[in-house]
Amino acid sequence: MIDPLSVFLLLLSASTPILFAALGELIAERAGILNLGVEGMMITGALAGFAAAYATGNPFIGFLVAALAGAAISLLYTVLTQVFLANQVASGLALTLFGLGLAAMFGKPFEGVKAPPMPDGPFGINWIVWLGLLMVPVIWWFLNRTRRGLILRAVGENHEAAHALGYDVRLTRTAAIAFGGAMAGIGGAFISIATVLQWTEGMTAGAGWIALAIVVFSSWTAFGVLAGAWLFGGVTVLQLRLQAAEVDVPVQLLSMAPYLATIIVLVLISARQTYSRKAGGAAPGSLGNNFHALR
Amino acid sequence: MIRLVPRSTASTFWQVATPVMAVLATMIAGGVLFAIMGHDPVTAIRTIFWDPLFGPAAAYSRPQLLVKAAPLILIASGLAIGFRAGIWNIGAEGQYIIGGLTGGAVALAAYPSEGAWIFPAMVIAGAAGGWAWGMIPALLRNWFGASEILVSLMLVYVAQRVAAWMAFGPMKNPEGFGFPGSRNLQQYPAASNPELIAGTGAHWGVVAAAVAVLVTWVLVSRHIRGFHIRAAGSAPRAARFAGVNPATLVAFCLGLSGALAGMAGLFEVAGPAGQITDKLGTGYGFTAIIVAFLGRLHPVGILLAGLLLALTYIGGELAQLTMQLPAATVQVFQGMLLFFLLGFDVLTRFRIQRKGQS
Repeated sequence: MIDPLSVFLLLLSASTPILFAALGELIAERAGILNLGVEGMMITGALAGFAAAYATGNPFIGFLVAALAGAAISLLYTVLTQVFLANQVASGLALTLFGLGLAAMFGKPFEGVKAPPMPDGPFGINWIVWLGLLMVPVIWWFLNRTRRGLILRAVGENHEAAHALGYDVRLTRTAAIAFGGAMAGIGGAFISIATVLQWTEGMTAGAGWIALAIVVFSSWTAFGVLAGAWLFGGVTVLQLRLQAAEVDVPVQLLSMAPYLATIIVLVLISARQTYSRKAGGAAPGSLGNNFHALR
Repeated sequence: MIRLVPRSTASTFWQVATPVMAVLATMIAGGVLFAIMGHDPVTAIRTIFWDPLFGPAAAYSRPQLLVKAAPLILIASGLAIGFRAGIWNIGAEGQYIIGGLTGGAVALAAYPSEGAWIFPAMVIAGAAGGWAWGMIPALLRNWFGASEILVSLMLVYVAQRVAAWMAFGPMKNPEGFGFPGSRNLQQYPAASNPELIAGTGAHWGVVAAAVAVLVTWVLVSRHIRGFHIRAAGSAPRAARFAGVNPATLVAFCLGLSGALAGMAGLFEVAGPAGQITDKLGTGYGFTAIIVAFLGRLHPVGILLAGLLLALTYIGGELAQLTMQLPAATVQVFQGMLLFFLLGFDVLTRFRIQRKGQS
């Protein structure tokens, strides 16, 4: 029947792309940035990482390039929102639409080729999965135990006050957006290099949007993101198992499960945040608002 | 050094000028991109923006302009209403798909009977389907505070899978030799959405888009609800004091944009597409977001922006044929357009001053 350990390993693998993207977005949102471009940055990383891994034969170089590509394309968003003070929702959408188009355009030559094999890490678990798990406590520690983390949270909570105290709101946010881009890039590359092993157009299939929902679910905490990513991974694995078991439900309906689960989870957590005053975990105070220093 | 000084009211001149600048900048940046890819930039830009209207094959491609512009304008008119109020319906693509399914279902249920009621019933069913799909994020936001951005977007992926299920399952053509996809509605006169005037491309969707532009224009500029929408968008707290109920507004905006997107889906299924397939959604719902912004959320602007983006679709197809440019070129162009627009928009809201000047 179903071996719990192998299911857990599948769950780890299925949750990794979302974990990376959501941890990156967590940092951005704690700095007051609502970047809806996660999907676009992920697909950029998926293509750039795959291309680099294919060209060099080394998957780790692929992940490095994916991180750089994700950070690079996030600069477009930074220029729009931090220099030209454009609306964050619209700018993020623009980044997603542009990233999906760009990746589809430059991805043509890489269709149908296979990714180089990836060596397993300890316990037969992929190195990048380990890296993702390691990032959770690291980000928790950064946000809650370091001075820079405190500044980042201050900028996200109240940018006027942070500015008045002499912190550079724009610089902090630029760094947070770039970090979010790099993490989304790695997450995207995990799909192309380590899971699917090839490049197909639109292969991130909404993972970036699910990552955004998981940040809400996490109540803006690192371990909350891990829980959300595992929940998502669990639903995905369950759904794939049911497909493989040829349950008498159309495949198309089973494959809705991750998206429906995301909606349900989003509703439950939003309801808790709306109706229960004791439950913490409200959104950062300046989330989604641009800062313009008049003095 | 320069600095930005906020304007007390948006500049009317720049509101009109920035979309034009964005289009020109997109052409230049697109040309650079083509040059990098090893194509002649001038030929490429001419193929995309000029040839569909005035080139050698224009007689064939010109009617396509209205065919492509109608769904974009129809969807964008609805979206713009919500965007003005700060209600972000990002899932029009899903509402479009569901509208196509529910409207198409009426036709498939009525087959093969003939009757003048069938097509109007399909339109109503399509609008109702899109409305219902749009009401899901609206109610989840009103009842539980769930983000309408994320819920409406998740529902796009759900809708795509519903369409695939229908095309391979319940709505599959029983006389289709096992191929996926429904009956072809173009061959079912009572349910088809034909070209109304030969050679123009105008079908009922074009008529609906024109009506939508007029109605939303009256709504936004003359009706009390339009005032509420504008108030909620620019000063939410003040709007509450003026008696605007935010929950009603959310339901109205998402419902309206959903219904219009659903109608657009039905017109496509009954007309140009002809049948329900798993590829029912072709991205109009996402491109319409760009149309709404490029048109400055104003009905007349949306009309012009819809025609322009329809042009890029046709030009992109032409460039694919004649220059072997990848199909995604259009998507890149559309993304760039939105980037430049959002960037240049700083000029409408801020004055640029040299530092040291007062």
